[in-house]
Amino acid sequence: MKKNIFTALILLLLSPLAMAATPHYKLVISNHRFEPTEITIPANTRVKLEVINQDNTPEEFESPSLHREKIIGGLQTGFVNIGPLSPGVYEFVGEFHEDTAKGRIIVK
Amino acid sequence: MFGTAIIIFREVLEAALIVGLVLAATRGVAGRLRWVSVGIGSGISGAVLLALVADKINSLGGGMGQELMNATILSFAVVMLSWHLLWMRKHATEISAKMKRVGAAVSNGDREPVILAIIVGLAILREGSEAVIFLYGIAAAGTNPAELFFGAALGVLAGIAAGTVLYLGIARIPVGRLFQVSGWLILLLTAGMASQAVSYMVQADVFPALGYAVWDTSWLLSQNSIPGHVLHILIGYVDHPMGIQLLVYALTIGLLGSAVFLLNQQQSRQQQNRAAA
Repeated sequence: MKKNIFTALILLLLSPLAMAATPHYKLVISNHRFEPTEITIPANTRVKLEVINQDNTPEEFESPSLHREKIIGGLQTGFVNIGPLSPGVYEFVGEFHEDTAKGRIIVK
Repeated sequence: MFGTAIIIFREVLEAALIVGLVLAATRGVAGRLRWVSVGIGSGISGAVLLALVADKINSLGGGMGQELMNATILSFAVVMLSWHLLWMRKHATEISAKMKRVGAAVSNGDREPVILAIIVGLAILREGSEAVIFLYGIAAAGTNPAELFFGAALGVLAGIAAGTVLYLGIARIPVGRLFQVSGWLILLLTAGMASQAVSYMVQADVFPALGYAVWDTSWLLSQNSIPGHVLHILIGYVDHPMGIQLLVYALTIGLLGSAVFLLNQQQSRQQQNRAAA
């Protein structure tokens, strides 16, 4: 029992290393627009989206189809975990500037 | 101005509907207005504070601070709502009997009004902080202050109006059936919040999704439409639910539902005993 807890602790401590192995994708917000507007990721894989907000106003990354919503403060960077997903097109918006901030993730 | 109003309306709506429902469900509980006001006041102050430290919170928990914070607030609300539901179940007979007789509030030295204040405060805290962050952002972007003010005021008023409509709708239910109906509504609200909490845990990579869309009813009722959004808040409607959301939703209804059922049975047994004696 004690050994199990010990193993679990070691695994927990090592988990940031495991996370480093997940593929990273960069998404920049500038002038209330996403750049790039399309990101292609592999199917059934966990990826990390690094959302870099270059505007000095906050934005909310929102995607009902991805089940994600996250506020990224002005001039801040936030991470959004995505996947593992089945193939398809998943749209997202910047909720605070929905007219201009639009993009999609294509899972292949 | 209308863009601002719509975003503020969406944030305020959730808090307003929850306050409306809780207020309607607690007619007859003494001192509830005072405690609900305390809840609203501390919710708003908390929302401003939370908005100020939002960037710091976000950097905690390996960049998942925001998700974990939202999940914690929602889980706490689920616990408080469950407590509230069971308390109302226990005292419903007594309260509705007194309301029928004298139309007066039931006063007892219980903790219930404090629970009410916490439920209301939590609802405002979460959505309010998002509204504050948004408003601060557009103010920083140099939006005309008058436009900002009227946009925000319009959004807040529309949200409060929606909460009032819900309150008045439930208030029309006759006293005899009020607690039964509001009990069901609170049960569904609680299950919806539990499924929302677990959704944030999936986002933080703590729990697996168990399927991102077990079914998809967005063609029938989109969650982005106003009726879809209202149902999302009130009963946890999701047009393409994750597997784990369904699981948690069913589990909450099952557990809370059986607790209410057991309380009901216990009460009717006590009444029978009293009648026999």
